[in-house]
Amino acid sequence: MSSNNNILVKLKNAGYQLNNKFLVEGVSLEVQKGRIVTLIGPNGSGKSTTAKIALGIYKKIEGEVEKYTDKVGYVPQKISIDWTLPIRVNDFMLLTDNISEDQINEALSLTGVIHLKNKSLGNLSGGEFQRVLLARAISKKPELLVLDEPVQGVDFTGEIALYQLIKKIAEELNCGILLISHDLHTVMSATDHVVCLNGHVCCSGSPSDVAHNHEYKALFGEQASKTLTIYEHNHDHIHTNEGDIKKN
Amino acid sequence: MFDDFFIRALFAGIGVAFVTGPLGCFVVWRRLSYFGDTLAHSALLGVTMAYSFQFNIAISVFIISAAIALILIQLQKKTNLPGDALLGLLAHSSLAVGLVVIGFLSFIRFDIMGLLFGDILAVTVNDLLIIWIGGALILVVLKLIWKSLFASTVNYELAEAEGLNPDRAKAIFTILMAAVIAISIKMVGLLLITGMLIIPAAMARNVSTSPLQMVFYSIIGGLLSVILGLFSSLEFNTSSGPSIIAASLFLFILSLLKIKQTAGLKN
Repeated sequence: MSSNNNILVKLKNAGYQLNNKFLVEGVSLEVQKGRIVTLIGPNGSGKSTTAKIALGIYKKIEGEVEKYTDKVGYVPQKISIDWTLPIRVNDFMLLTDNISEDQINEALSLTGVIHLKNKSLGNLSGGEFQRVLLARAISKKPELLVLDEPVQGVDFTGEIALYQLIKKIAEELNCGILLISHDLHTVMSATDHVVCLNGHVCCSGSPSDVAHNHEYKALFGEQASKTLTIYEHNHDHIHTNEGDIKKN
Repeated sequence: MFDDFFIRALFAGIGVAFVTGPLGCFVVWRRLSYFGDTLAHSALLGVTMAYSFQFNIAISVFIISAAIALILIQLQKKTNLPGDALLGLLAHSSLAVGLVVIGFLSFIRFDIMGLLFGDILAVTVNDLLIIWIGGALILVVLKLIWKSLFASTVNYELAEAEGLNPDRAKAIFTILMAAVIAISIKMVGLLLITGMLIIPAAMARNVSTSPLQMVFYSIIGGLLSVILGLFSSLEFNTSSGPSIIAASLFLFILSLLKIKQTAGLKN
């Protein structure tokens, strides 16, 4: 079974219920090394829940989860730092792993927040904090990255740069990424496989497959479908911070 | 020179401060001060058990407090009552049962004031051994679970996702809480143990910018409180517990000045 060696996590008909109500059910998907799988769907469609099932945070689940790696980096959707806890960015980088000073500096530089290294976590802006969260998750060179809305609150140009960084990380570290995002534009240009959720899997496949799927159109509207299709034909260039267009 | 009892009390207090410093930080970070109170109240029951069965007080208190902690965890899972109601239920019922049992043990003379507020005259060489050996064990275990406990204090799901087993760390920490109450009850008294945990840590919060720094200052604050408190206890003939806690309050007020200063610099 040589093809299975690349699988990092696999969900088989997985679901999770709270107070006898399914938050999500019947999800099957797999994340392989070097591939980016994106979960899309409206609010409350079970995207974060699916990610938490894959991570093993929820224990009493329906179906099965097979995880083939312990080297996991996670960017949760929401995290609040209690003011009673004095903690600097540098302390936060060491939260779950004893990584070296060089690894800390490298990761913080990649996400553009090296200058915040000795700042208190409570004093960061939303976008800065998101960049620190991403830096922490990639710093330990994980095999599996789970990113739950990793660029929320980041400014527009920063958003594009971070998505490019995420794609670059997937290639360089050869790690698998499970990504959750609302932003159809940016996600689609970087994604290998899309899973569209609405309490269950509506449709899944390559970005263009999903864009043409009628269930996807019903969920997001005709406009969203066009967005995806346009992007399919447009991703041969990037916009730099200075506003120039650079050919890939 | 100081009397032997005072030297013993001083060493006992110093040992206690080394342990309450770091644990107190977690009590503040995880918002467990009422939980600490509950375990401390249940310690009275542990003391009466020790007298009834001619048992060592620290060990008896540890067993009863740990049992109460486990009962609390079970109740949290099985009932829909809010956490603070359950804590109140356990704190006051175990205190009440402890007092009722004392009523039955009329053949023994109890120093209730000593139990509630601490008594430096009561510290024996045996107690010293229990404090220092038990305290060292507590610190070693805390060091072992530090990463996992701290990560889950910051964010439970992050710790769980990245394989740090936060549930185990929490269970072990609960046991450590029972243990620290068991070793400090003679010094500080059961009504004031939580103060010994949170006031030095709260003082440390005011002057720290990183978690390890806060632990360090919390220990220093605890040590100074013990030394100041015990000397004034000797000087003014007051109970040891209230004297130590009053000293830590004094340090806390001093630390507020530092906040004012840094706030002034920012503006």
